[in-house]
Amino acid sequence: MRHAQRYIYGGIAIAASVVVFLVPFAFIILTAVKDRRQAATRSFDWPTSWHLWDNLVEVVRTQDFMLVTAFVNSIILTVASVTLLVVLGAMVGFVLQRRPSRWSPIVNFLVLAGLIIPPAVVPTIWVLQSIGMFKTMHGMILIEVAYGLSFTILLFRAFVATIPRELDEAAIIDGAGPLRLFFQVVLPLLKPVVVTVVVVQSVAIFNDFTNPLYYLPGKQNVTVQLTLFNFQGQFNTSLHLLFMNILLITIPPLIVYLFFNRQIVAGMTAGAVKG
Amino acid sequence: MAVAVAEGSVPIANPRRKSRTAGLYPSWFYLPAAIIFAVLFMLPTFASLFFSLTRWSLQKADFIGLDNFVQFFREPFLFQGLVNTLIYGTVTSASKVVLGLLLALLLTSDIFGRGYLRAVVFFPVLVSTVGVGITFTAMMHPTQGLINETLASIGIKGPGWLTDPRFALYSVALVDVWKGVGLATVIYIAGIVSIPLEYYEAAKIDGATSWQRFWTVTLPLVQPATATVIILSFIGGLRSFDLIWAMTKGGPGFTSDVIASVIYKQYQAGFYGLSTAGNVVLFIMVALLAVPLSMFLNRKEVDR
Repeated sequence: MRHAQRYIYGGIAIAASVVVFLVPFAFIILTAVKDRRQAATRSFDWPTSWHLWDNLVEVVRTQDFMLVTAFVNSIILTVASVTLLVVLGAMVGFVLQRRPSRWSPIVNFLVLAGLIIPPAVVPTIWVLQSIGMFKTMHGMILIEVAYGLSFTILLFRAFVATIPRELDEAAIIDGAGPLRLFFQVVLPLLKPVVVTVVVVQSVAIFNDFTNPLYYLPGKQNVTVQLTLFNFQGQFNTSLHLLFMNILLITIPPLIVYLFFNRQIVAGMTAGAVKG
Repeated sequence: MAVAVAEGSVPIANPRRKSRTAGLYPSWFYLPAAIIFAVLFMLPTFASLFFSLTRWSLQKADFIGLDNFVQFFREPFLFQGLVNTLIYGTVTSASKVVLGLLLALLLTSDIFGRGYLRAVVFFPVLVSTVGVGITFTAMMHPTQGLINETLASIGIKGPGWLTDPRFALYSVALVDVWKGVGLATVIYIAGIVSIPLEYYEAAKIDGATSWQRFWTVTLPLVQPATATVIILSFIGGLRSFDLIWAMTKGGPGFTSDVIASVIYKQYQAGFYGLSTAGNVVLFIMVALLAVPLSMFLNRKEVDR
């Protein structure tokens, strides 16, 4: 591309990206720091007075610190489900890639089924109720694991193929059993894909709205995405607080993105290839 | 692409070695994942086939045959959801394919500010869907919203994006594309980057214009990426719930209801059988449309 052209097209694209992609984020930030009356006008203008701290305190204190409860719940949910997903998914991906057997086609079929079939909502609630896990955090964690397994297994299976089998054999000769082989030899070598899985699934689970809405109702169990939804009714006249809430729950994915941008993109494009 | 590598490395059939590897890669490694998946995913899926044929209160299920499904096709407000789901899935995935490819072409060319552009296009993918929905609901407000105020300042009277029954569904679809196009773009970028540069050089030597190079080199060779984007966004579109719920709750009236929002509404109303039938309808729809579509797209890939 010629020199001038490179800058002209770049300039046009940057201008367009500001209008299309940055204005909505600027709108969130500006509305979050306005006072009630100015926020209610929904206008895109500079705040007449700044209320960053006031709004922050007010939104955190609303409904007995519901947002704090929600952050704690979301973090527990995310950390626990992602840990289980990594360990269980890696175990399946490892055996599936290393030892094709009569189970393999079935496992592969189930993995695909898990990717396309929309979960049956009310029957899941029925199952959760009958094992006493409806409206509980363990139930919700296991649900996230069940729904995230397929994608995780696909990523792990692909990556295990790049680890030479000779390592497995060396480990047995040294007297390792399957558990030691897996946890001490293979899992550490899977680190790049573990990072990818952790990052992609954390963002997905942290942002999950639909599943907690169905399987984890109740004020004590609220997750961050649901606070937004609960506040939406209550804050209809307090847009400044609603947008402060949006701003707060957007920060964790933003931080993750700043640090793990490459892994996220790698994970989403690699897993996506199988659709 | 990387995934395909995983298949085809079959161990050698030496009996002693086989038994040894079997011990190293024990089948019970499948077990914990299998139990969770079976109980919380497979079992409900199979159970839904039965419960969709009942009037169900969670305690008691009365078998009523296909009544729930008949209702889905007879009640206009339920049927509307079915049609809307199709429209939504098609519109969003078609737009993501076209825009994603265009953006990827732009962002793989030697353009100024490429790193920034890639980052900014992708970031909405990671942002809370409900947050995006609320933000755009405010921006699409018929009189006060930023979009209509901007249009008014240049003398255009903007429509009621979310309040006009003719536009509501498409407005939500537009926001869906805004949020999701970054994923389509990075998939296309991965596809374009993997095309060997020699093909372009050969085409150039043969005197192909840049338009011809796009049609004869880029487009055929990014076919796997196209298949992925279409399948992924089409299935995602058919199942979409949170954005619609955050923006319109299916309104005004039932004009932007999709199957997923119908499932939630019927669940809230306590019609569990009908809600489950909605799930089965959605499942059948995905299976009937997405699976053949995927087979078609992947077959073309093999032919070449």
